[in-house]
Amino acid sequence: MTEEVVAEILTTHILDLAADGRRLDGRGPDEYRPITTEPGFVSTADGSALIRLGQTRVLAGIKLEPGKPFPDTPNAGVLTTNAELIPLSSPTFEPGPPQPGAIEVSRVVDRAIRAAETIDLTRLCVTPGEKTWVCYVDVHVLEHAGNLIDASLLAAVTALSNATVPAKRFEVASEDYPLDVLHVPIECTFVRLGDTIMVDPTFEEEHAAQGRLTVATDETGRVVAMQKGLVGAFSPDDVKAVARRAFAHGERLRSLVKGGRS
Amino acid sequence: MGNVGAKDVPVLLSPEGLRLDGRRLDELRPIRIEAGTLHQADGSAFVEWGQNKVMAAVYGPREVHPRHLQQNHKAVIQCKYNMAAFAVDERKRPGLDRRSQEISKVIAEAFESVVFAEEFPRTSIDVYIEVLQANAGTRCAGLVAASVALADAGIPMVDLVPAVAVGKVAGQICLDLKKEEDNFGEADLPMALVPQSGRLVLLQMEGHMTEEELGRSLDLGVKGCREIYDRMKAALRERYALTPVAGGAA
Amino acid sequence: MRPGPGTYRVGGKIYASVLGLVAERPPLVHVTPLSGRYIPRAGDVVVGTVTDVQTTFWLLDIAAPRWAPLHMTGTPWSIEVGETERYLHVGDAVVVRVENLEATGRIGVTMVGEGLGKLEGGTIVRVSPARVPRVVGRGGSMVEMITRLTGARLAIGQNGRIWVEGSPGAIHRVSEVLKRIDENGQRSGLTQEVEAYLRSTVPDGPVEPEVRPPAPAGARDRSDETDPRPWGGTRGDAPPSFRSEEL
Repeated sequence: MTEEVVAEILTTHILDLAADGRRLDGRGPDEYRPITTEPGFVSTADGSALIRLGQTRVLAGIKLEPGKPFPDTPNAGVLTTNAELIPLSSPTFEPGPPQPGAIEVSRVVDRAIRAAETIDLTRLCVTPGEKTWVCYVDVHVLEHAGNLIDASLLAAVTALSNATVPAKRFEVASEDYPLDVLHVPIECTFVRLGDTIMVDPTFEEEHAAQGRLTVATDETGRVVAMQKGLVGAFSPDDVKAVARRAFAHGERLRSLVKGGRS
Repeated sequence: MGNVGAKDVPVLLSPEGLRLDGRRLDELRPIRIEAGTLHQADGSAFVEWGQNKVMAAVYGPREVHPRHLQQNHKAVIQCKYNMAAFAVDERKRPGLDRRSQEISKVIAEAFESVVFAEEFPRTSIDVYIEVLQANAGTRCAGLVAASVALADAGIPMVDLVPAVAVGKVAGQICLDLKKEEDNFGEADLPMALVPQSGRLVLLQMEGHMTEEELGRSLDLGVKGCREIYDRMKAALRERYALTPVAGGAA
Repeated sequence: MRPGPGTYRVGGKIYASVLGLVAERPPLVHVTPLSGRYIPRAGDVVVGTVTDVQTTFWLLDIAAPRWAPLHMTGTPWSIEVGETERYLHVGDAVVVRVENLEATGRIGVTMVGEGLGKLEGGTIVRVSPARVPRVVGRGGSMVEMITRLTGARLAIGQNGRIWVEGSPGAIHRVSEVLKRIDENGQRSGLTQEVEAYLRSTVPDGPVEPEVRPPAPAGARDRSDETDPRPWGGTRGDAPPSFRSEEL
């Protein structure tokens, strides 16, 4: 009910512009908004990063705690990802249990982290079948101005990249040590606006979109996760073209993560 | 180790009367207030206070959801204080807990005491406080952030509402406790002041102190609140590029 | 002095109740807000978006504390009960005038009057309602200059919602100007700054080298042109996210 109604003429204007390959904010179809990263933003977290993607702002924090491995994976650590679309971040979000939108962001980010083998879960195991590290990735959206998926994964992997395993505090080892990040997945999200497919949609562009497509790639040239969202459709050729663009953007965005560890 | 005797208690007060972080008894932690930090909200503020990092946003006055909370003659003030999972040493499970609900309630009531809610019947003024990093005093930091956010949202009110905690640490009354002082001290007394009236609109206390110490604590807290009040006004002036005017809430 | 809007009195002293600028207009002292949502006043012309359709009225989001009901009798059309759906849909933008304000907070608006009606084409740009006087300028000087140097048409709502119509480049330049005014509302010399910006940018904006002729002042309403939306229709019963299904 608190859904803000976007004026139909704004949506029409966005589509009119898109027909000429233009956008409301003057960007080209294949241009991201400016991105800044602030690793280590939260000192109480074992790893953290604040990401600004245009006006979208996402904070990710990592917490590691000793726990029990799952019975079917006795030699592996446990990784859980949770995204909170808190009502502070948008007039369209309500307080209460996680909405489907928040759950989708959580799961799409989680899939990319997991599938890319971002962290080697077997290295989180302390005693097989008994004790392992549980790694919590908590994503806190502070301002929703579109493209939460890309900002959230970028925040999550930047936070993982500067995370420390608090082994000393939990008396698991004598010294803390850095969490090993093996691969860096990057998600790139595109929306269809008429016949044009634009990267990094704003809130208004997502609203006008006739389909959203996210492709996650890693630095080894693998596609590791995808998600088609919103109402609308893509042809297989669209998907191939989007994947190619996602690899190119992925390479550039990955350098922001690499610069993450201070 | 500690002067209180227990094994894990750090030395909270040096022989010179200085605290763990070198502060005097009546000294605040460094505080930085940024008004208007978010673009989507009607008003917002970010507060960095010691090791606390708190963001607040205000939406409204706007239509009430859920509708049954609507009040015919005034705006309803809904406050949600929430702590990020990673804001504390031991990960906090996301979602509402009893502590957050209690804090949300007392903060909402503090604001109800100052906002001219009758100017906006059947609407809601929604106040969201997110603690991103916690180190004692988050309800006061949250209240300060939310109060600046309310002013930034143009909400009419009697005054800004500065807040601070006073406590008893190693037998001494101290202003603005940090985490170790809160954990190992003898008392914690958060309060929020309406400078215009000189009255307190939030007051809680846990621990033990004498009647005489309570009196000194209140006086010290009021002094601290007035210091924070100046910072809040400065943050709003900076946001709107204003020069100070004598008197008034803003 | 007596307490005017934005102030209150306690014990013989007048205090500001909102963040703003003090103005003495004897016998009253006012504080003009610098921020906040739009507070409606009778007579204001505002730009709104339809958020809900009922059998006899529509609810408009006019950026005010409450949604404003537009009754079917407050339109230039003769509508039967239950036909509201056929005239305005959720998401449609309109220009209306605030007619009356009730103690309940209800905001009555009308669409009958000069310059009022449904908006077709163009787009909506948002600025803080407190910035609207700067957008208009002294005696309308700012909006006159913007119109003259861009060829765009503007409908300025007192609520900070501004309708802009013209070529894509003109809309882009006007949006940039409005963003600057919104961010620097307090600064002096804004008019010169805006003029310098508009004169430094090519008529059709920096994003496209191809120059189109600017729309003439008082450009024709685009409502009779082909609907540019790919789904073609104007069926308003489906929420916006469903419309693309018709593709």
